[in-house]
Order: sequence, then C-alpha cells, then structure tokens
Amino acid sequence: MRSVLSSRWAGLLLLAVVIALLPLGLKNNFQFDIAVRIGFNAIVVIGLNLLIGYAGQISLGHAGFLGLAAYFSAITVTRYGWPPLVSLLAAATLVGLLAFIIARPVLRLKGHYLAMATLGLGIIISIVLNQEAGLTGGPDGMAVDPFTIGAFKLVKAREWYWLVGALLWLAVWLSLNLIDSPVGRALRAVHGSEVAAEVVGVDTTRYKVMVFVLSAVFASVVGSLQAHYVSFISPQQAGFFQSVEWVIMVVLGGMASTYGAVIGAVILTALPQVLTALEDYEHMIFGLIMMLVMILLPKGIVPSAGALLRRVSSKAEGGK
Amino acid sequence: MLGEFLQYLFSGLTSGAIYALVGLGFALIYNASHVINFAQGEFVMLGGMGTVFIAAAGVPLPLAGLLAVLLATVVGFALEKLAVEQTRNASVVTLIIITIGASIFVRGGAQVAFDKQFHTLPSFSGDTPINILGATITPQSLWVLGITVVIVLLLQYFFTRTLLGKAILATSHNPMAARLVGINVNAILLMSFGLSAALGAVAGILITPITSTNYEVGIMLGLKGFCAAILGGLGSGFGAIAGGVILGVAEALGAGYISSEYKDVIAFVIILAALFFMPSGLFGKRGTDRV
Repeated sequence: MRSVLSSRWAGLLLLAVVIALLPLGLKNNFQFDIAVRIGFNAIVVIGLNLLIGYAGQISLGHAGFLGLAAYFSAITVTRYGWPPLVSLLAAATLVGLLAFIIARPVLRLKGHYLAMATLGLGIIISIVLNQEAGLTGGPDGMAVDPFTIGAFKLVKAREWYWLVGALLWLAVWLSLNLIDSPVGRALRAVHGSEVAAEVVGVDTTRYKVMVFVLSAVFASVVGSLQAHYVSFISPQQAGFFQSVEWVIMVVLGGMASTYGAVIGAVILTALPQVLTALEDYEHMIFGLIMMLVMILLPKGIVPSAGALLRRVSSKAEGGK
Repeated sequence: MLGEFLQYLFSGLTSGAIYALVGLGFALIYNASHVINFAQGEFVMLGGMGTVFIAAAGVPLPLAGLLAVLLATVVGFALEKLAVEQTRNASVVTLIIITIGASIFVRGGAQVAFDKQFHTLPSFSGDTPINILGATITPQSLWVLGITVVIVLLLQYFFTRTLLGKAILATSHNPMAARLVGINVNAILLMSFGLSAALGAVAGILITPITSTNYEVGIMLGLKGFCAAILGGLGSGFGAIAGGVILGVAEALGAGYISSEYKDVIAFVIILAALFFMPSGLFGKRGTDRV
C-alpha cells in the first residue's frame, strides 16, 4: 500500500516538475500554443480514459459535450456579458445534468450499439449547432470574448499555459485518486464483467453513470476555456472527428492508464503539426501511423512500454 | 397530396436502397469477424470516384465501373490481410480505431490519386422522368432499386445454396467449429471483406449520377449504412436491408414534411429512439454476457 501511495505521489511530483520546467524549453508563441492545446486535449482524454479504460464504456460523442459548453460560454459571455467563470460553471452544471439524464438509457447499451448511440448524440449536437445560425453563427462560427477573472485578463498563450498546466495536474490528481478509491475498484469490476460485478453487489449502473457525467464535465470545462482561448468557435469542434480523435488518444496512450492518456494527447496533438510538412500526403501518413501503432501495440504505448520494462528487468534478474 | 407523398417515398426508397447496400456490407464483415468496419464508406467513395476517373482515362463506362468495383475489392482484401488479420484478439475499440485509420488512409489516398472536386456520372439510361400517380421517378432511381433487389436475391442464393456461402454463415456462427469441419476461416474472412467492399463500390456507382461524388462522400454514407445495420440489428442481413429502407424513407418524409435542414439528424434520432426501446436493434439477437 505504501509503495502504491509513494509511486502515485512520485508520478504527480514528476508531472508538476515537467509542467513547471517545460516553458524553459519553449521558444515561441507557436510552441506555447501547442503546449496549451495538448493540455486541453489531455484533460478531456483523462476523463474519457476513466470512462473507456476503467468503466469499459466507449463514447464516440464527447465532442458534443465540449461543443455545447463552448457555445454556452461564447453566447452568454459575448452576447449577454456574463462573467466567464460564471458561464463556465453554469455550462459545466448544464452539461453534467444533460449527461446525467441521457446516461441511463445510453449506458444500458453495449459494445457497438453504445458506440452508435454516442456517435448519434454527438452528430445531432453538431448538426444543431450548424443549423441554428441565428444563435450560433452556423458553419461560419462565432467570435468569443477573452477570459477574464475580475480585472485579470488571460490573452497570451504564455499566460494560458499556467492555467491549463494547473488544471491538467489537478485532473491527473483527481483521476489517480478516483482509481485508487472504492469507486475505482468498482469500475474495474464493471470492466471485467458487469454481471459478475452485479452479483457481488456493485451497483454497476450508478458507477457507470457517475463516470459518464464526470467525463462530460471534464469536456465541458475544456470546451468553455478553449472557446475563450481560441477566441473563436465553429461547429467543427463538436464534430464526429474530434470525438474519434480523443478515443484514439485514449487507446494510443494505453487504456486504463492516466499517464497514458496524457502521452496519447501529447503525441496526437503534436503529430499533425509535424505532418503538415507532408502537405497532400498528411492524411495518408496519419492514417497509416494510426493503423501501424494499433497493430503493433494493441494495448497502447504506456502499458506496452511497461510490459517491455518488466520483461527486461525480469530477464536481468534471471541472469544473476 | 398523394403525389407529394409518393415523390418523397420514391426518393426515400432510392437512398434507402443505397443505405441497405452499405449496411449489408457492415453486416457481412461483422458476421465473419465481429469487426465494425468504419472504412465501409470509403468503398462507396472508391466505387464512384474510381468509375469517374477510370472512365476519364478513356475506358468505356461499363468497364470502368467494373474496374472500380475490382479496385475497391482489392482494397477490401488488403484491409483484411494487412490490418485486421494481423490483430488477433484485439479489443473492440482497437479494431474500431484500426478501421478508422484505414478510412483516413484511403480518403487521404483518394485525395492524392484523384482530386478534391465533385464529380458526377451520366445516368445509365437517360434522364426522362417517369410519371406515376402525380409523382415522378427518374430512370436512375429505378436502376438503383432494381440492382439492389437483384443483389439481395443473389446474396440470398449465395448464402443458402452455395457451399462457399454456407461456409461463411458457419464461420459467423462459430469460427472454432467451422475450422474443425475443415473451413479455411482466414479465407472466409478475406472473402467477406472483398464481398462487402464490392457491395459498397456498387452502391457508390449507382448513387453517383443522382448525388454526385467526391473524396469525402464516404463519411456520411458510411455512417448512415452503420445506422442501417444497427437499426436492423447487427449481423442480420435482412435487418440491414430493412433498416436501410426504413432510414431512407423516414429521412425523405422528414425532410419533406418537417425540415430539410435537419434531414441528416432524422436518421440519428430514429436510431437513438429505436435503441432506447430495443437495445439490440429491430431484428438483432438479444445477447447474454458470459461471466
């Protein structure tokens, strides 16, 4: 138990050090911008990893939650002059409530049917955002006022970096705590076998709903912040591909690994920036990399690397 | 009144037939391998775009269509051989991501090999609409419906009367038992991917004269086909056809009577409503978990 605790704090400490020291290596606004985007994605993916990796429930519609919150913040702040923080909290409450309402009928579904239902929800939200042009600006999107807390105004990527970094650390801390709590054990039981979990007295529906709502709220908070950060939103952010991209980050980093989620977000946010150099071939290579990684490392990067380390160390011990 | 209704019905049946063909492709692959192939829409795109570009190179249209179907089939084979077959015992999510990766790859390839423009094909037999009870139907719609019916009948014959078809069915029921009675399960998997790629490509050629095509056309068509397969109940061929027709007709009626802007929403609302009440689709088998 002590070793679990200490390794948890060691990881968190390491993450804090990385977040604190990274700016020393970042040279320009562009690099800070990518770091901020990585942070945003990582927070969403950490929430999604709880749902996919631990509770074993896939969602191909989480971009819908992000989109709703982004538009809620954009509209209330820019048009009605709400304080951004109030909008953010209100959006998170509303999205959480919505997720709570749809969670029960949706999570009753399994496997591909669940994938279809969440995919459908996401697409419905993105089409509504596209069509209600009077409210949302339609496919052209809308501009968003900057994020302010009192007299303090966040504009530059450098300033955002610290807010997003702190939130990312908080998200990792929350996620690790949840996983080590009785809730986390119940979730793993649900993932292993739902029926077996029910037989031993786990209220599987309650836990699944809880994680679904939590992951939706993570996406909602990021949605509100991102709208202010980019100062522009369009329905594309709520689209199917955004949802898919997050699921890929979860799986690429390694399911049921919080740090894997972060690493997945780092790689998949940075990769397209590198691939733009290939111009026309960008998408082909991106698809190819996705397939190759999943074929060669079906369990994801972090668990595969962990297994490799264990194998190497046991071999070293065996040699003694 | 009746004329208007029939008009919507005809257009719904036409798109419904296409969804049914794409949905059948999903069902075929799912049955053989329990993979949901998110690249199914790209086969539709390859059919349409392939025909356009092969015909543009001077090949007569019917031959160009045939070559495009062949092209899609080869891509289907490659997907099975090079990607799906390499991932034994991978989880559902991993397989979904592999096929999504494949669809991005194929789409990216099409963007390079073809172009990003919209293209269309001439109708198979002229554009003079036919009047039926105050509504009109284009000859191309009749082609779509006719060929879909022929394909469904051929598949029916294939699965119930031929050894190969029965082998595919046997594999879908129980791969281990199929292997034990001497069925080459890998060959069957390859067959199913090729067959559903060919189905998708045919759908793509049929619909191109009506809706035109470009390299991204497979995204929505693929999703609608997935809707059809899920609505009917995964793995049920009859279900996929019924699901496709129901979706197509509901979409056309909804677009006509309620709102054409929300046409694409209708399919997804129907699928959600259906799943909330029938979690295994209309004709799907209700599964039980093994503990």
